[in-house]
Amino acid sequence: MLSKSETDYSSADLTAFFELMKPRVMRLVIFTTVVGMVASQEFIHPVIAIASVIFIGLGAGAAGALNMWWDSDIDFMMARTDKRPIPSGKVKPEDALYFGLFLSVLSVMMLGLIANFLAAFILGFTIWFYIFIYSIWLKRRTPQNIVIGGAAGAFPPVIGWVATSGNIGLESILMFLLIFIWTPPHFWALSLFSHSDYHRANVPMLNVTYGKPHTRLQILLYTLALTIISVGISFSSLGGIFYFISALILNGYLIYLAVRVYFQNEQLSIGLNMKYEKKLFLFSISYLFVLFGMILLEALMDRFQIASVNFQLIDIFFR
Amino acid sequence: MKNNDLEISKRRSSTNIVLGLILAFFVMLIFSVTVVKLSNGDKMQAYDHVLRPEMLTDE
Repeated sequence: MLSKSETDYSSADLTAFFELMKPRVMRLVIFTTVVGMVASQEFIHPVIAIASVIFIGLGAGAAGALNMWWDSDIDFMMARTDKRPIPSGKVKPEDALYFGLFLSVLSVMMLGLIANFLAAFILGFTIWFYIFIYSIWLKRRTPQNIVIGGAAGAFPPVIGWVATSGNIGLESILMFLLIFIWTPPHFWALSLFSHSDYHRANVPMLNVTYGKPHTRLQILLYTLALTIISVGISFSSLGGIFYFISALILNGYLIYLAVRVYFQNEQLSIGLNMKYEKKLFLFSISYLFVLFGMILLEALMDRFQIASVNFQLIDIFFR
Repeated sequence: MKNNDLEISKRRSSTNIVLGLILAFFVMLIFSVTVVKLSNGDKMQAYDHVLRPEMLTDE
């Protein structure tokens, strides 16, 4: 006969542990890492590249599991997070902690051995930053939580770049900035329609502490800053004509949505069932995917020297 | 009660199979990385105190 704890443990199937790793975040991390690797234009053996991506992805999963362990006390209060493995009782908090710690050590150590120690150091720093700076220190203390904490999500393309090239280039910093400035408007749009969740859990999101009108203004300002960076990348070696055209279209629509969100008031947005806030949140995900997809495309065209369609915008505008 | 035990042991065995596959994949990954690293390695002067003429560069 099995004891109660044993039966509980056996029901914690592997899918629950997979969910602990925040698979959707991991997908974005893996994608931006691959873009960072290809954009560096350094050739490494495919086996080394695949192994590096796997361990960078596992590092992101480790950070996700540790974050879920730390936030398990507030996750059950929010509709958005109460189905997560710990609040739903599928995984014990201490199991999530050990799982996260094990994966952190494994991923950093293996990336160091497979790629290089600078990449491993940045991966370790990213996990540390996400847990200690974002989750433990900032998230429950300041409305700037997302702004500073967003750096953790911005590191993967830098890690990918460093894993292949061994150094931190200007272009990897541009990719970092793109995600870093993208994060606040993306999460603030989410917080506008999950307002009561954050309020109940006592998380000082900007809309909880400074109100929704101020949040709408900040979304617009960050969107404009994001436009400068993302269009600006067109003129670096990451960009090209396809990236440039995509950036113009995507930023045009993003600004349109941010302006619509800015001019909403409480009654109007509730009447529309938060239509524009939800649109902005969902569109911002596609926005980042497409822009990084274009960086990937431009890098591949450079690598395979598709000269007829590949030319640098900098040559057209500034030479 | 017996059905419950059977259910638990079924779940455990499927979990163990998946874990086994993950471990096997991990072993294969490390093995492939080792093979690539060794075959891509630069010529090295090993610590066996034997001179390798092919590694001498022209002055």
